[in-house]
Formats: sequence, structure tokens, C-alpha cells
Amino acid sequence: MDEYILELDHITKIFPGVKALQNVNFQLKRGEIHALMGENGAGKSTFIKVITGVHQPEEGTMKLDGKPVQFKSTRDSQEAGIVCIYQHSTAYPDLSVTENIFLGHEITKGKMRTLQWKDMHAKAQELLERLGANIDPKASMGTLSVAQQQLVEIAKALSSQARIIIMDEPTAALTKRESEELYEYTEKLREGGASIIFISHRFEDMYRLADRVTVLRDAQYIGTWDVNAISNEDMIIAMVGREIKQLFPKRKIEIGGEILKVEKLGRTGYFKDISFHVKKGEIVALTGLVGAGRSEVAETIFGIAQPSEGKIYVDGKEVKIKNPTDATHAGLGLLPEDRQKQALILDWEISKNIGLGNMDRFRDGPWYNKAKESGTAQELAEKMAVKASSIYDKASSLSGGNQQKVVVAKALTSDLKLIIMDEPTKGVDVGAKAAIYEIMGELAQQGYGILLISSEMPEVLGMADRIIVMKSGRITAEFKSEEANQEKILEAAMLGE
Amino acid sequence: MKASANTLEKNKTKKTFRELGLLVFLIVLCVIFQAINPTFFTWENLADMLRNTSILAILAVGMMMVMVTGGIDLSVGAIVALAGMVSALTVQYVPQLPAFIAILIGMGVGLGCGAVNGVLVAKGRIIPIIATLGMMNVFRGLTYLISGSKWVSAHQMSDGFKSIATGGIGPINTLIIIAVIVVLIFYYFLNYNRTGRYIYAVGSNPESAVITGIKKDRILIMSYTLLGLLAGLAGVLWVSKFASAQGDTATGYEMNVIAACVLGGVSVSGGTGKVGGLLLGVLLLGVLQNALPLINVSTFWEDFIQGIIILVAILLNISVKRRADKNALKRREI
Repeated sequence: MDEYILELDHITKIFPGVKALQNVNFQLKRGEIHALMGENGAGKSTFIKVITGVHQPEEGTMKLDGKPVQFKSTRDSQEAGIVCIYQHSTAYPDLSVTENIFLGHEITKGKMRTLQWKDMHAKAQELLERLGANIDPKASMGTLSVAQQQLVEIAKALSSQARIIIMDEPTAALTKRESEELYEYTEKLREGGASIIFISHRFEDMYRLADRVTVLRDAQYIGTWDVNAISNEDMIIAMVGREIKQLFPKRKIEIGGEILKVEKLGRTGYFKDISFHVKKGEIVALTGLVGAGRSEVAETIFGIAQPSEGKIYVDGKEVKIKNPTDATHAGLGLLPEDRQKQALILDWEISKNIGLGNMDRFRDGPWYNKAKESGTAQELAEKMAVKASSIYDKASSLSGGNQQKVVVAKALTSDLKLIIMDEPTKGVDVGAKAAIYEIMGELAQQGYGILLISSEMPEVLGMADRIIVMKSGRITAEFKSEEANQEKILEAAMLGE
Repeated sequence: MKASANTLEKNKTKKTFRELGLLVFLIVLCVIFQAINPTFFTWENLADMLRNTSILAILAVGMMMVMVTGGIDLSVGAIVALAGMVSALTVQYVPQLPAFIAILIGMGVGLGCGAVNGVLVAKGRIIPIIATLGMMNVFRGLTYLISGSKWVSAHQMSDGFKSIATGGIGPINTLIIIAVIVVLIFYYFLNYNRTGRYIYAVGSNPESAVITGIKKDRILIMSYTLLGLLAGLAGVLWVSKFASAQGDTATGYEMNVIAACVLGGVSVSGGTGKVGGLLLGVLLLGVLQNALPLINVSTFWEDFIQGIIILVAILLNISVKRRADKNALKRREI
């Protein structure tokens, strides 16, 4: 038997006008977990799609078990035992867990190929139990949490007896604890005899799981290393092509008076007894596991949902916030978690997107003053250092970090005192992350208060002045940044008092 | 895993409530009608009501399938008219034609119409509401063209043809039997057949359906074609029942069909819809259409009241569901 189960040799994939992959080499050993790293746009997704048969390469060969293969469709690769767990959930929210697991290879009986639901439910239950997951196979997929959905995807890979499993950024939406569980499941898959390609942005994933790592950059193959044999710095240089000196440019900022105070805030079924404050120039992190109620607190402060008890003060005065407009008038801004869906209209120009933040400001009597909008947009885009050829570029043409800058600029069209940032770096690459931290520091310097909602430990530790930890809808701990560390925060997030 | 147990529980209550709420509403309505007019619960009236509801049931099953894919078909009324007219004209010119051949002809016409809709949506990538709006006018126009805008009346139809809708096995009318068979076949197809389940997959998440290797275009074309086929069948039954084929047959009927689906819990955004719920929706509409004249509501008021009751049923459903969600939240400990 060959040492390698899968080999790709000098693969080139060309889309009209772009080389999406150039001379990429890759070898997957039997029973190994192989990390594939690279910034967004490095070609990882195209690479996977070549392996799964979604795309056919223009040049190069692919060998499975030492024999050349060509996949014309995903069905071909599935039959060869290759399964991909995609980054964006490919689940069917309306269908049951069982059906999600068995779709495409159902259990049937007789000439009519009647579906055997009883058998499938039982089999699904067994698979989920084997993973140690407490999930009802008859529940609809849409009612499960992201982490649970991923478990179902893994059960699916188990059920199809996959030999090669590709996991595309499975930890992107998971908290630390959920990631930990995912590592265990991934190792179970390997013990079951599968070889695994693990794609991720996170170094901790790679160190925790992988035997070897291959790096792609700008559609090109950079190299393959044993994980133990490459240092953090070398890895960053390989991925980014330059050195990132400081990821967290924490500035020394004079902290001023209190801007926001929340007193005994509660919302039935979500959180209770939430009290904290944010001062001028201060970055306060609200952290905890996914589902701890952090985003719900932010939504309630911003008026998207109504509290059932408690009070909110801005600049010492109590405010009643019934909707986001009230919040904006009070001087609160929210940068939502999903940039592309909730904060930007990708088909619109940068200037229009910024203008949308406060249309009242650009009104001239009954008319909308475009020149005013453009002027302000230009000014704010410069202030945020948005990289674009002009403010009339479409938002979709920008990189993740630059899109985030536009979102901030949009928020700044209103007269704000405090900005709530909900997972601002979720799913962006190392370079863009640094840019976003830069923005955060800049905003704090300018005297804005910042409430940072994040489950990324390094980010929370690196950026915040104070750290508030939530667990199951309650605050379990508060730390000054100098007295906090990863262990303390995790303990508070997982165990509480 | 406490939270997950709660979501599961919440989900369960939601599901049972959706259908239960509708059932209770239906029963209450029946009791009221019975109190006003005691002839409501007689064998004759119920049989009559079921007979009148059969065609709606046949169409609703097909419409549900299309709506599950995330689409909609506005042309079913026009297909009913066209298929009915073609079969009636055939019978007019060939009176000795066996009735079942007339049915097959109608179904063939419907199949063709549905296939055109399906190709426009799947291959032409026109959004369903627009594609079928266009074809609705085309089919309606064709109906007027081939009939020369004239009716085919009772005396021009053979007795065999008219007996499709009047005959039956024992006391049970043919229309009811056909509807039951259609519902059973599609119940099996949609729940116990791979291709049937792929319709739900396509509606629930079209992109991953493609990644899974499901031929999405084929599933779409098939759904519209099957609806066309059922509309063709319904067309023949309609013409036979009323013993008259006209250019304006079943004008606007697609709205009744869609209303029945929505009442029965079929989501307009695709992915969900069950035969059981659908039947309740169909029955509710059937009861309304049967009972309103029976309790001496003026014909001028019928549509108005029917609309109000449909809205009330849907509002009740939503509020019951919301309350169940809220209670589930309260049970959650913080």
C-alpha cells in the first residue's frame, strides 16, 4: 500500500481572467490530520473544490491510492469515499437530523425502494451516541446550535464510511469549549481509519490536531511542514508573506467619565441581573461561550429586543430605548456580527453604504442631498483609511477588513458615544484582523467607548481594558486586563462561581 | 446539554400545535354551522361537500409540492381550463371515446403545460411567480382560441364523459375516490421515496442540494410537471362535474389552491409542508364553501367572510405558536 492515500501534483485551475490555483502540490498520508492554512483568497476553497470534483483542474494530476483519478462531479468523489464538511453549513434546516445524515445514501427496501425511516432513525441515534452527542434524530436541523449541526455533519461523514474527510474551517463559528469537543470528534474520525484535511485560520487548531501543515498563498503552493518543526513566526511569514509585528496594537489611552451604565438588566429566557459600565476611551469585552447571552445583551441595549427588567443609563441619565433609532439618538452604535448580511449592501457603492447610516443628516428639505452624502462619506472613509480607488467602488469589491472599516464609517455618520462591536473579527484572516484592531484602538483614542463582544480569547486579552465573563445568562466574573488570563476567563465561562 | 433538550421540547410542541390549532378551529366552525343549520351534519351534505372539495384537494397536493421547492404556480387555474376544454372538444367530436381516454388526454395536456412552466423556471431561471404568471395568460388565451370562445355544453358531451363525475363505487363518488388515491400516492411519494424527499432538500437549501449531487433542475421540472399533470386531471373532472367547458373555467381558482396550502402549514419560502396539514387546510376551505350558503349568508358576503375566516385561522395559528415558544422560554432556567 502507498504511504499516501491522496496525491495532487502540479494542479492549476484557471477561471476566466484569474489563476485560482497555480502548480499546487499536496500529499495526504494515510491516517493523518493535515492542516491546510492560508489567508482568505489564498485558494483554499478552490483547492477543496478540485478534490471534491466541483471544479476540474486545467493542468496537473490527482492520484487516489496511487492510481490517477478524475472527478467529474461531487458524486464521483463521494463514491470514492471523499466527504467534505463545508464552512457554511450545508445543512437542510427544515429536514430532520436523520434525514440530514442520510440524504444521498438513504436506507431503502424492496423494488419500490421505500425509505426505511425506522431503520434510519435508529442508525442515526447510534451514530450520534457513538460520538457521545445528545441530539434527538427526529428534531429539525434548524433548531440545533451551530456546534450541534457540525456534530450531525460529522455523524454524516461517519455514516458514509468516508476514507478522506475534508473539514473547511469547522471551528470558525465555535467557542473554545466547542472547538475542544470538535478536536475530540475529529480524532475519533481518525481512529476510525479516516484521513483528514483540516482547513483553518486558527493556529491553535493546527497545533492541537494536525501532524503536518501545507500553506497556500496567492493561489500558490508555499510549502509543507511537520507541525512540530515550524515556529509561529515562520508560519505567519509563510501565510502572509510578511511579518506581522504586533497583532494587538493596544494604545495607552486616558480613560474618561462613564458613558454607558446598565443596571440589573434582564430579558425573560435569555439573561438576568446584568450590571456593568463603560467609560470614555475604554474597551470593555463581554465574553463567554456561544449561547451565554452576550449577543442578546447587546441586542437589548441597542433596542432590537426589549428588556423585561432593569435600567440603562447614558451619560448618567436614564434612557428608554424602544428601537435602534432611539439607541442611535442616545449615542449608541452597533456593528453587527454578520457584516455582509446585516451591515452592508454589497451591491451599493461605499458612499451610499455610509450615507445609509444616517439619511436624516443628508436631507435638504424634502430632498436627499447626494453631494452632502459624498462629502461626508469621503471624509469618513479617509478617517477610517478605507483602501479603495474611490468612494464610488462597490462594497463587494473590498476585502473583509476594508468592509469592516466601511461599516464603522457608516456608524460614525451618527453622533456616537459608544460603539458595540459584535464578533468584529469572525471569519477574517490575520491581515484583516490586525486592521480591525487598529480601528478599535483608533476609536478608543478618539474618545469613544467600546463594548467588544467576542469569544476569541487572544483578542479579548489583547484589546480590552476590562473583561466581563458571562455564563448561561449571568455575569460570572469581571477582570481588569492586567489580572486576567486565559485560564481564569475559561473557568468563569465554563464553571461560573 | 440542558439547552438542547429544551429546544427539542420546544420544537415538538410547535409541531403538534400547528396542526392541532387548525383542527380545533375546524371543529368549532363545524359546531357553529351545525347549530345554525342542522342539515349540515347529514350524510348527503357531507358527501356533497367532499365531492366538491376533491378537485381542490388534487390541485393542492400538486401545489404543495411546487411550494416546497420554494416556488409557486399561478397558472393552475388556466391549465384546468385548457385541459378541460381540450378533453371536452375531443369528446364533442368523438362521442364514442371511452371516458378514461378523455381523462388521459386532459392529463397529457396538463403534463405538457406543467413541463413548460418547469423548464422556464429551472432552465430559463425566471422566478416562478413571473414565469407562471406569463404562462397563465398563454394557457388562458389558448383555451379561448381553440374553443373559438364558445362553450361546450352538457348536450354536446357524451353520457360516459359526464358520468365520470356522477358515477361512483357504491355510495362513494368517483371524484372522492380519485382524490383519495392521488393523496395516498403523493403521501407515499413525498415521505417514502428518495426523489420525493429531494423536493424538500431542494426547497430547504438549494445550494447544498447541488453539492450533495441532487439534480436540482430535474427536481424543479418534475415538480411543475407533476402539478401540471394533476391540474390536467382536475380539468377533466371539473368539466365533467359541471357538464360545461368554458373559456373562463376556474379563473382565479389558483388563489383558493394557494390559500388551502398556506392554511395547511405549507411555507411560502419552501422546505416545509405536510400532507396531513394540507388536508386540514383543504377541508377548512371546503367546509366554508359548503356551509356559508347553507346558513343563508348572502352570496355577496360569502367571499368577504371566507377571507376573514382564513385570516383568523392563520392568526390563531401564529398566536398559539408564539405562546408555545414563550412558555418554552419561561421554562428555561437562567
